[in-house]
Amino acid sequence: MKDVLIIVLKRLGLGLITLFVISILIFGAVELLPGDIAEAVLGQGATEENVAAMRKQLGLDRPAPVRYLDWLSGAVVGDFGNSLVSGSNVSEVIAPRFANTLFLAAYAAVIAVPLAIILGVIVALLRNSVFDRVANVLTLTSISSPEFFLGYILILYLSVKTGYFPAIAKLSSDMSLLEVLHRTFLPALTMVLVVMAHMMRMTRAAIINLLASPYIEMARLKGTPAWKVIVKHALPNAWAPIINVVALNLAYLITGVVLVEVVFVYPGIGQLLVDAVTKRDFPVVQACCLVFAATFILLNLAADVGSILTNPRLRHPK
Amino acid sequence: MTEKKEILLKIRDLRIEGYSDEKWIEIVHGVDLTLRRGEVMGLIGESGAGKSTIGLAAMGFARDGCRISGGSVEFDGLELTTTAEEDLRALRGNRIAYVAQSAAASFNPAHKLIDQHTEAPVYYRIRKRMEAQEDAMELYERLRLPNPREIGFRYPHQVSGGQLQRAMTAMAMACRPDLIIFDEPTTALDVTTQIEVLAAIRDIVDQFNTAAIYITHDLAVVAQMADTIKVLLKGNEVEEAPTAEMLENPKEEYTKSLWAVRSFKRPQKPRPTSEEPVVSVQNVDAAYGPVKVLDDVSFDVYSGMTVAVVGESGSGKSTTARVITGLLPPTTGRVLFKGEELPPNYRSRTKDQLRQAQMIYQMADTALNPKVQIHEIIGRPAQFYGGLKGAALKSRIDELLDLIELEPAKYFHRYPPELSGGQKQRIGIARALAAEPTFIICDEVTSALDQLVAEGILKLLDRLQKELNLAYMFITHDLATVRSIADEVVVMKQGKVVEQGPKDVMFTPPHHPYTDLLLSSVPEMDPNWLTTLLEERGVDNIGEAADK
Repeated sequence: MKDVLIIVLKRLGLGLITLFVISILIFGAVELLPGDIAEAVLGQGATEENVAAMRKQLGLDRPAPVRYLDWLSGAVVGDFGNSLVSGSNVSEVIAPRFANTLFLAAYAAVIAVPLAIILGVIVALLRNSVFDRVANVLTLTSISSPEFFLGYILILYLSVKTGYFPAIAKLSSDMSLLEVLHRTFLPALTMVLVVMAHMMRMTRAAIINLLASPYIEMARLKGTPAWKVIVKHALPNAWAPIINVVALNLAYLITGVVLVEVVFVYPGIGQLLVDAVTKRDFPVVQACCLVFAATFILLNLAADVGSILTNPRLRHPK
Repeated sequence: MTEKKEILLKIRDLRIEGYSDEKWIEIVHGVDLTLRRGEVMGLIGESGAGKSTIGLAAMGFARDGCRISGGSVEFDGLELTTTAEEDLRALRGNRIAYVAQSAAASFNPAHKLIDQHTEAPVYYRIRKRMEAQEDAMELYERLRLPNPREIGFRYPHQVSGGQLQRAMTAMAMACRPDLIIFDEPTTALDVTTQIEVLAAIRDIVDQFNTAAIYITHDLAVVAQMADTIKVLLKGNEVEEAPTAEMLENPKEEYTKSLWAVRSFKRPQKPRPTSEEPVVSVQNVDAAYGPVKVLDDVSFDVYSGMTVAVVGESGSGKSTTARVITGLLPPTTGRVLFKGEELPPNYRSRTKDQLRQAQMIYQMADTALNPKVQIHEIIGRPAQFYGGLKGAALKSRIDELLDLIELEPAKYFHRYPPELSGGQKQRIGIARALAAEPTFIICDEVTSALDQLVAEGILKLLDRLQKELNLAYMFITHDLATVRSIADEVVVMKQGKVVEQGPKDVMFTPPHHPYTDLLLSSVPEMDPNWLTTLLEERGVDNIGEAADK
């Protein structure tokens, strides 16, 4: 277990370095955006002097490296500065939005991950059967359709025509959990449909890949029933690739859902980012990007640790 | 076998088809087999003879892409070819068990040994889990596994190959089957480890009076194990006879050729007196990370001569090759090439130094890129080292194919997967020759091949050595190969050279104790060899000698 701990610490260190490099990229990319907040706020009629004064007031006249260090030193303690538009603290703006996004992602993940893996195991067991093909076609269709399209289809059939679920996922603080779950069901379902295919197909492929192994043949020759061969003998050795794909999809659930949030008017971090970009609200943009990057790195780290923990050679060294 | 026992397994006119190139092709052409309770039958033949396929058919099982297309398999009165899959499954692991070639690959890496052991008896409700565990420990003890009460709670990767093979035999015994199929259970093991497994299998089969089919390509092994031997060739039976009779008096030509396969022996050459050695390994130590794997290894290889490096797996044979080729720089010591010191890392060696030393690998299957045509595989080093192009390159490739006795016109555009194992190994040889080396490292080049094919490769290597005055370093664990082609022998154990010298000296007593252990562990054709050896060594010492 000591080895595992060392590996985890190493990965964590690498993750921090990656995050640092990303912070430079984010800052650089934002610098490259045409125009700045001073011009945006003051509009076209502003004089040179006004713009300069505004820049000085916001600290934009200082050289980029100084501003970067300033920003970074704040960011490491969770202080991303103030929004240039509203003037409120960026962390306070982002926190509730990010919590909403995490909630929706968790909601979708709780449905999608077990469902995808169970379906993956079933299609591996019934490989090349009609069920396998139908499941493949359906999940591929859902992954190939744009998210907003899926969203609108669901709204049409499950909301407009039948009225089972609300089409707009606006939240207020006095709702009970059940209400929230009901209200956010359609966006969650849309995301389930988007991420399921990938995880299911990887589960199927990872299991089928192992079926030619001598130990699978041995299990069969011991008289083990087919379902048990898959679940007990193949699946435990297939976790590593499955976990990695699950982690990638979880990251996508958090960082790739802007369109779904827009379609269902859900107050998540994706919408916040899009708004901030159009308003040239750089501190918010930078903070959002950094949060996304950290999410990606953490989930990949979790996947690495997961793969290690499912490998008996690493868990039980000689 | 004086009184005739009850017939357990009766196979008649068994035909099995395999699916390839989009059609079914018959691979077993009507084989008969009769096995009585408590008897052991040896199935012997080269790869592709259908041994394993017949063995699995005795369980009513056909691998993916195979099917039983005709004939009957009757097990204890039950016709397996017409029995429903569910009922067949109820026999497997229960009344018929299977022991696979590589226990290391056939144990599931994700579960403890004992959990895999108890799976079948618990599933068939023969024993409760705790009883089954207790029984497993008893069987481990009978098979003389170390720490029988504890070893089952380890994962497969925590147990050595020979111990795994015994644990797998124990697992086959879990439900006390009537019949066990042993499919080359010792082929992947060192000679010293092989003995302990053979002894264990023979004991347990005797104790429980279990019938067995013992599949192998090694005659000397089958002679120790079987009551009767059946010889197979390309899915046909060649002949069947009681073991002693078969060994003394084989009737068919093919059987005789199998028996005579070790006939190839070339005369031993003396070391040249005036010349410098081509390769001189001097006091080399090497390590993988903190683990020291070579300890003060020294030997010389002269041009036109073959030095065989022998030892069990893990003795440092292949690591020595990695040091010579510069893949693993030594921690101390040096490697001289014709008197000149080679840079320790291959990256700092000149193209000419790299060209002079080439390698041929054990698994031609994995050493050749399956997606590249033969002429490219051979042409690449000729291009890289010789700078050949166009017509000159083509004629060089033709010349090389002629050298390895493959018709250029026929093989120029083929791909490796279209070739047989022996042909692939020949391509590996041609690729090494293409660089025009003076020194070739042959790493277990014949151990994946059938005996007849292996002999062909050895003859080819010998001819090439004479024609091109090549120096060989021949890594092997097979002492029969050493006998046939070596001039000098280096015996390695745990990274050290235990003994070295000319072959005739090495094969004449007195030996170093370890050399003696290796030599005496090579199975002989005498059916009483194992029994005699066990008596000499004392049964309890066998496992220990090998586990060290």
